[in-house]
Amino acid sequence: MTLVVFYLLAAVTLLGAMGVVVTRNVVYAALALLLSLMGVAGIYLLLFAEFLALVQVLIYGGAITVVILFAIMLTRLREYKGVMENPQWPLGLLAATALFLVLVAAFLVDSPRMNVEERLAVPFLLLGGSLFSQWAIAFEVASLVLLVALIGAIIVARGEDSRERP
Amino acid sequence: MIGREVALAAAGLVALFVGLSVVVLSLVWLERKFLGRLQGRIGPMRVGPFGLLQPVADAVKLILKEDVVPAWADKGLFWIAPILMFVPSFMVWVTIPFSRDLVIRNLDMGLFYFIAVSVVSVVGLVMAGWSSASKYAILGGLRSAAQLVSYEIPVIMAVLGVVMLAGSMNLLTVVDKQASVPYILVQPLGLAVFLIAGVAEVGRTPFDIYPAESEIVGGPFVEYSGAHWAIFFLAEYINTFVVALLVTLLFLGGWQWPHLPGVWAPVVVLVKTYLVVMVIFWFRATFPRLRIDQLMAFGWQVLIPLSFVNIVLTGIQLYYRWPSWSLSLMSLGIILAMAYWQYRTQTAPAQALARSYSQRAYSQRRGA
Repeated sequence: MTLVVFYLLAAVTLLGAMGVVVTRNVVYAALALLLSLMGVAGIYLLLFAEFLALVQVLIYGGAITVVILFAIMLTRLREYKGVMENPQWPLGLLAATALFLVLVAAFLVDSPRMNVEERLAVPFLLLGGSLFSQWAIAFEVASLVLLVALIGAIIVARGEDSRERP
Repeated sequence: MIGREVALAAAGLVALFVGLSVVVLSLVWLERKFLGRLQGRIGPMRVGPFGLLQPVADAVKLILKEDVVPAWADKGLFWIAPILMFVPSFMVWVTIPFSRDLVIRNLDMGLFYFIAVSVVSVVGLVMAGWSSASKYAILGGLRSAAQLVSYEIPVIMAVLGVVMLAGSMNLLTVVDKQASVPYILVQPLGLAVFLIAGVAEVGRTPFDIYPAESEIVGGPFVEYSGAHWAIFFLAEYINTFVVALLVTLLFLGGWQWPHLPGVWAPVVVLVKTYLVVMVIFWFRATFPRLRIDQLMAFGWQVLIPLSFVNIVLTGIQLYYRWPSWSLSLMSLGIILAMAYWQYRTQTAPAQALARSYSQRAYSQRRGA
């Protein structure tokens, strides 16, 4: 039963990801991305990571896809219709291969731990507690990165001319 | 075993669908009657006693109408969009309790589930706007994306305040913790932020920027007709009801009422919810629609900072273990300060104008 659901979700994820790359319509690509991300959320749910699954739905399903769609609708779609080639593809290939190798390596090293039968959901309180005690530094670094990105976005959005003003 | 579970789930879904239909019909009737009374009219009276069958007649009319699909529309997305909008507003009901036992499935992260699922309906709105291939619809889609993503933040932050007080995201626990004092008394600021942002989330009148009829003739729904439009309509009313229901559960103590036996729990919840719904209708009769820049400014410069203040105040009260009335006082103080500031900024131009007129009249009289 779980295996069937897993293969279904994996198929949804992969087909969505394929759709993002293959389709010629940018809006379709964004919606295929949404499908793929929802599939990932389903896999999280299958792994008893309920909180992560809900975060995935909230952040990627709600916020990020909507912002991507917003940006696409603001641009002139016709100019980008049918644009398929991307000069950065060798770099992308390199990054994707590297990530794939890292994931395979991690899986091979850690696989005994993956097979543990007791796949219990981490209680939400425990998650919060460890996030703010054991992983506090990582948490703070992540929030700092987000803050930097926010400030950077504001500076970029203000544009060239207003940057000279104090 | 599994068969029984499936049967139970199916029965729950059917009951939910019937219940929601009745709720939406009652809301439509209530809104028209209540608005009528507020505007010195009597509302619909012709169909059935007190116009009670008016919404039924409306529903029949909507279903029988021709379903027009624009020639240039993206047909597939045009069909999927209403469904994508409707499904989340249906899914949230899985975890909403009407009493300690009357809930389809109580989730430990019920509140977070509610927030995460309801966000997805924005995609349906944007999709509807884009696939209609109409300028008004695309403008509406853009507006809905901007508005809903912005107002989602204060909703989440206001809910977070309640979660801090209750120490749980389980809706049953949240209600149980309000046995002695409902959170409306502890955290009036949180309630204000949640109610205002919630009304903005469902796009009701002071915040109906994206369907604004007088500007963009219905926004993302312009090109929809017949049964498809009815689905959007249904989703809007269900979402309104959900916001009112959440206000009831999070701030008004849910099914708790002094000296009432537990049998009355669903009735208490429904009465409280309909009262909150009437407050939301009252908003519609009172406030004019905001402009889009006012909407974004209000969201980002007033509601979001207020929701952060709410969290910080709650944190201070919890950390130093102050009595809960101290949080009530702080919360109320912030609300009053904000109300006064809003009053000053809103009325300042008019008052300056009045002053200058009276001064001019005075000097003219002196000169004459």
